[in-house]
Amino acid sequence: MSEALSRRSISAAWLWLSVGLSISLILLMPVYSYAHGLAGKRFFPTTLSVEDPFVSDELSFLISHIREPGEGVEPAVNSTEISLDYSKRITPHFGISIGESFLHLNPDEGKSESGFGNLELGLKYQFLTNEEHETILSFGVDAEIGGTGASRVGADSFSTISPLLFFGKGLGGLPESVKFLRPLAFTGVIGPNFPTRSKNVITTLNEATGEIEQEVERNPVTLTWGFSIQYNLQYLQSFVKDVGLGVPLNRMIVLVEFPFETCLNRGCEGQTTGFVNPGIIWFGKSVQFGIEAQIPINKRTGKNIGVLGLVHFFIDDLFPKSLGKPLF
Amino acid sequence: MVNSRQIFIAFVCAYVLSCLWIDEAKGHAFPAHSDPKVGATVASSPVSVRIWFDGDLEPVFSTIAVQDASGKKVDKGNGRVNPSDAKLLEVSIPPLPAGTYRVIWNVVARDGHRTMGDYTFVIK
Repeated sequence: MSEALSRRSISAAWLWLSVGLSISLILLMPVYSYAHGLAGKRFFPTTLSVEDPFVSDELSFLISHIREPGEGVEPAVNSTEISLDYSKRITPHFGISIGESFLHLNPDEGKSESGFGNLELGLKYQFLTNEEHETILSFGVDAEIGGTGASRVGADSFSTISPLLFFGKGLGGLPESVKFLRPLAFTGVIGPNFPTRSKNVITTLNEATGEIEQEVERNPVTLTWGFSIQYNLQYLQSFVKDVGLGVPLNRMIVLVEFPFETCLNRGCEGQTTGFVNPGIIWFGKSVQFGIEAQIPINKRTGKNIGVLGLVHFFIDDLFPKSLGKPLF
Repeated sequence: MVNSRQIFIAFVCAYVLSCLWIDEAKGHAFPAHSDPKVGATVASSPVSVRIWFDGDLEPVFSTIAVQDASGKKVDKGNGRVNPSDAKLLEVSIPPLPAGTYRVIWNVVARDGHRTMGDYTFVIK
């Protein structure tokens, strides 16, 4: 009965979400909109792996594919994930986000599984934007809502709360002698992930002995940290030196992202997993595309290279006087 | 029976399709090219500085100025969006001696988005 109630409440949450987004879509208020991802003349794109530091109205579709290593008796899995993330500004510097993902897991042994991951919610406050120094600082809280996804694809039954600090910094202020480094920029994020439950007790029936067995699975606090290094060809062409780049190179950003996660307690202290993700981004007036390779940094992360692809819509450019502007 | 999660996904699909119909002319205005070119060295003083953008500009809120190496304004003060080409921002300059000059611009696109920038060029 409690399972039925839980399903009903999740179902109601989705319905309210749909209604809320629909209402916001039809609200048409004729006022100015503000810029996304800009600090002075620096444009910070939405990155694929490391969460970006700015608050904006945007809609992202991210697809990833990688072969994940087996753990213990668990076989290796070919994992494909399609994620959707929608961000909405409430004020020019404060925004909320909602994200959902659909996973398809194809293990070496056993049948494949598909299902939704947990619902992800977020808040972000961009408390510093310095145009002259091309700097952005933000603080946010992300929450993965436990039990809203399918356990068969690994969705946790507990929630995880993550307070995060974000930064973005462009190097446009470098002296003339190193002017070709001015298109460089860095973004990054750091923050702990707190599970709302320290352990899961899994009870199973041993069919051979007929005894009930209990296994304790510990849920550690982890640290998310990562950064990106970006070289913006549009910045080079528009502000440093016209080197004759045409379409589409004049709107490209070459980047490498470094998303990491380090375990902080409960038996796995100091263990880090992560990737080095080289890739390219192209941005237009209302849409952005990106593609990256995912290269594991160690055996714990995996040994196969994955791929990430992004299609991203600038809602503030698409609907500058309605859905794409801050509510207040 | 259709559940609420399927309604949500249908909504998102409809939303994305609606995004694809939006007029491409909207969005931030970024420079497409300029004369003199960004970072260029020219043999003689040009009569004007012109920047073509990738979107239409709001004439009232768009500005352009040229400064010399000491930061002194050297243009003729007639910076404007060209009346017959809303993508072109231009300003006239008098004959200038050899040196490095900085072009500073600040524009608002037709949809209200502001962008800014600057670049240098050198007169031999």
